[in-house]
Amino acid sequence: MDPFYPIQIFVNWLVYSLLSLKQGSILGGAVNFFIYDSIKIFILLAVIIFAVSYIRTYLAPEKVRKILAKKFEIFGNMIASTIGIFTPFCSCSAVPLFIGFVESGVPLGVTFSYLIAAPLINEIAAVLLWGLFGWKIALLYIASGWIISVVAGFVLGRMHLEKYVEDYVYKIKIKQNLRLQKKSQKERFRDAYGEVKSIIKKVFPYVLIGIGIGAFIHGYAPENLLTEIAGKGKWWAVPIAVLIGVPLYSNAAGVIPIVSSLIEKGLPLGTALAFMMAVVALSLPEIIILRKVLKTKLLIIYVAIVTVGIIFTGYLFNWIL
Amino acid sequence: MKIKILGSGCPNCKVLEANAKKAVEELKIKASIGKVTDIAKIMEYGVMSTPALVVNEKVVSYGRVLSPEEIKKLLK
Repeated sequence: MDPFYPIQIFVNWLVYSLLSLKQGSILGGAVNFFIYDSIKIFILLAVIIFAVSYIRTYLAPEKVRKILAKKFEIFGNMIASTIGIFTPFCSCSAVPLFIGFVESGVPLGVTFSYLIAAPLINEIAAVLLWGLFGWKIALLYIASGWIISVVAGFVLGRMHLEKYVEDYVYKIKIKQNLRLQKKSQKERFRDAYGEVKSIIKKVFPYVLIGIGIGAFIHGYAPENLLTEIAGKGKWWAVPIAVLIGVPLYSNAAGVIPIVSSLIEKGLPLGTALAFMMAVVALSLPEIIILRKVLKTKLLIIYVAIVTVGIIFTGYLFNWIL
Repeated sequence: MKIKILGSGCPNCKVLEANAKKAVEELKIKASIGKVTDIAKIMEYGVMSTPALVVNEKVVSYGRVLSPEEIKKLLK
């Protein structure tokens, strides 16, 4: 049974009895959709962010690089991508992360697997996909993001691009051997709780605006609006969706509710997922920040490989679903 | 006592700096508070998650914004 069924009953009562909107009317449907989705998504966000943040307290980058040092090729890529699922990525932490990994001898390809997985597999995106499309799609998203990171990191590693890393990176030597912080269970719970509060506060407006626009499209846009212009028969829809998504800098929280209602109107799921991944994984600020450690050529190769990986996933999903 | 805040200028670093100042004032101890923003210098301490707090050249905390109370405990 759907664990959110009681909420649907409550929202039905709220919208149709208390607010006395007409059942089956466009406005009633849109309002119901908005309230139900908001409640459901915030519950899921709180639970999942708490769980992920708790796991994350065991995966500080200072520790991760010790795990990844001297791990080679495909196995290292797999571990790096797996750790990347649980770690967030913000443009301010990318550079220290990169330098720290390289300094402790993590192979470049393994470092890239981590650098791709961390932003690509985003827990907020996974939660929203779960809430709006069901757990199978969420799992599919995580699995395909993981495979992209493993393969892209492996390919980058095999291309031997070390000379395209900025030279000063290799000159940095860590002088102090950092004593890893030990955390008690109480501290881990405190940290996880703090994360939930700060993330929900941050994404709150985006989620509401996203769900609001989504509810509007859900209620008012004509059916099959997108089937004609971007349906499955249109092979170029996936690359165009990805190219639009790459420079966009938005968080998953705002994009996914909108995308979910576009799917209702005929946008194929693979195309939609590819668009969302492009928005989440690659963004201009992040690319600009990475230029500090990567020479232009390597930066272009990195962006190109990830973009191709995402486009490929889009086609794959359109094909199998 | 020499206190340093490591961080490349993110909002969290500023909060940590303010909290460190407050802790020093409340403890009424003599301490200089400096900032290290150069990424290569930060890396020399082995820190990858900022902000970090360094007391007399030793990293005492990283990846977290400590409250003035927590800093006081570390300074004592």
